[in-house]
Amino acid sequence: MEKNQYKGWLYLLPAALFLAAFLVYPLVDVFVYSMEEGYNFASQTSFGVGTYNFSYVLHDPYFLQAVKNTFTMVIITVPLSTGIALLISVGLSSITPLKKLFQTIYFLPYVTNTLAVGLVFMVLFKKTAYSDGLVNLLINWFGGESVDFIDGPHAAKMFVMCLYVIWVVMPFKILLLTSAIASVNPNYYNAARVDGTSSFRIFYKITLPMISPTLFYLIITGFIGAFKEYGNAVALFGTDLNAAEMNTIVGYVYDMLYGDSGGYPSYASAAAIILFFIVLTITYLNLTVSKKHTYY
Amino acid sequence: MVQSENLEHQRTKKFRAALMAKRGITYAGLGVWALMVLFPFYWMLLTSVKSYGEYNAEYVPKFYAGSPTLQNYLDAFNSVPLGRYLLNTLLFTVITTAIMLAVVTLAAYGFARLSFPGKDLVFTCFLALMMIPNELVVITNFVTITNFHLRNTYTGLILPSVTSVFYIYLLKENFAQVPDALYYAAKVDGTSDLRYLWKVMIPICRPTLITVGILKVIECWNSYVWPRLITDEEAYFLVSNGIQEIRENGFGRENVPAMMAAVVVISVPLVVLFLIFREKIMEGVSRGGTKG
Repeated sequence: MEKNQYKGWLYLLPAALFLAAFLVYPLVDVFVYSMEEGYNFASQTSFGVGTYNFSYVLHDPYFLQAVKNTFTMVIITVPLSTGIALLISVGLSSITPLKKLFQTIYFLPYVTNTLAVGLVFMVLFKKTAYSDGLVNLLINWFGGESVDFIDGPHAAKMFVMCLYVIWVVMPFKILLLTSAIASVNPNYYNAARVDGTSSFRIFYKITLPMISPTLFYLIITGFIGAFKEYGNAVALFGTDLNAAEMNTIVGYVYDMLYGDSGGYPSYASAAAIILFFIVLTITYLNLTVSKKHTYY
Repeated sequence: MVQSENLEHQRTKKFRAALMAKRGITYAGLGVWALMVLFPFYWMLLTSVKSYGEYNAEYVPKFYAGSPTLQNYLDAFNSVPLGRYLLNTLLFTVITTAIMLAVVTLAAYGFARLSFPGKDLVFTCFLALMMIPNELVVITNFVTITNFHLRNTYTGLILPSVTSVFYIYLLKENFAQVPDALYYAAKVDGTSDLRYLWKVMIPICRPTLITVGILKVIECWNSYVWPRLITDEEAYFLVSNGIQEIRENGFGRENVPAMMAAVVVISVPLVVLFLIFREKIMEGVSRGGTKG
């Protein structure tokens, strides 16, 4: 045993090396980049050290637009998707026939390539010279005016974006909530039924408190995920998100790094760090609230 | 007496009607969302079998195809390198998942079964790494890979994603459940650690390994950001970048049916995988998924 004491390290070595090279070193480095002023990617030199990168990013109209878009999306999609998922899960838990089928269907968006299916949404909502698109025809049918959801007014674009994000995040939430509801001890329900409690009251007083840990977990991860939204925007509006005025914070980071407006890892780092602190603050607030309202 | 029985009867009838109504509303609501989920899939299949002429002639889109054709699928493979994208993605997915499983299994085994000084401290450090968001480290990784001239190579695509602290944690928990007695028995028989891992641990923990593998396959197949940063030559595009390229430059003028055919081809492999491993995938995601 003793002579093999250090053999255990050998097993960790590959993982440790990869993590050091692609997770720990970059984490340190991103803070270094964010402080280096006037960093030149080609010659890898910089003028000096300071907070100029942060002030540049915070005054960049594209970044402010991205922050506005991201916050709007977070505020709309997180409550809506969690609420609808809760409704669906409660409904799903109350039925027996067709339950498996519904569960399978609801999970489908999780395994699809969101970039690819985004194109279908684009086709459904886009107004072209040949056709106003299916959604617009529905709107016309109900007596409304056609709107270009992909190249038109900002609110319309935001609507499609939020709808698609909700469509994409739903499977995970439904799955977790359904299994949380299924794991509530049936004795509580039986006791309540003997007492003649109404079903709404049972939901409010038993189900909701019992699944509150899962619910808060979903809200917290939902906030984090929504703040990092990017791929779904690309799927709907193409890679030039700044031109479409639909950029997100993560999109801004990548645009600064690479692409037509890229080559500025310092600005990208500063923006990524700002995002990190926004997410950290929100998560902290969420945890504080959830501690007060979670029952174990 | 008769009256009260009658009343009772009426009450049950009312109760039953309310129950039926409630059930009806539940099914209707669930059906609406199922329709919302399925409709985009239906629409992409439908559009993919409409001919270019037929699609563009319909000002009001039809819910059926007049003369279904597979021409779009031929176009998808012939006028854009869709086959190339699929092959790239398949290679990327298989290699990344295989290397990751090896790396993660070794590390989890080290943490679960072997004892060496500093193990607990290292494990705590590993766990702390789970909190680092990908967005923070991708910038330096991009610079690192560029400086090593690994852009537009499989090495550059694969390297940063071959390890996952979360999967190490998940596997370690599973390995730790295997009784110690087996290990000591094997030791008495003179079995080496590596052989024990291969012959005993991996077979016992195969369900978890398969779950981790499938989750990684889904992640690889759908990955977009890193491949986009690292590849700008079409020969190395994965499907996500390929579909973006098709949308922006492929098929000449807005050939939506051919685009939809490409979307179908890209979506089918994972949907089939899901239908085969339904239980495993859903169980795995509820244990270890994060998307949402």
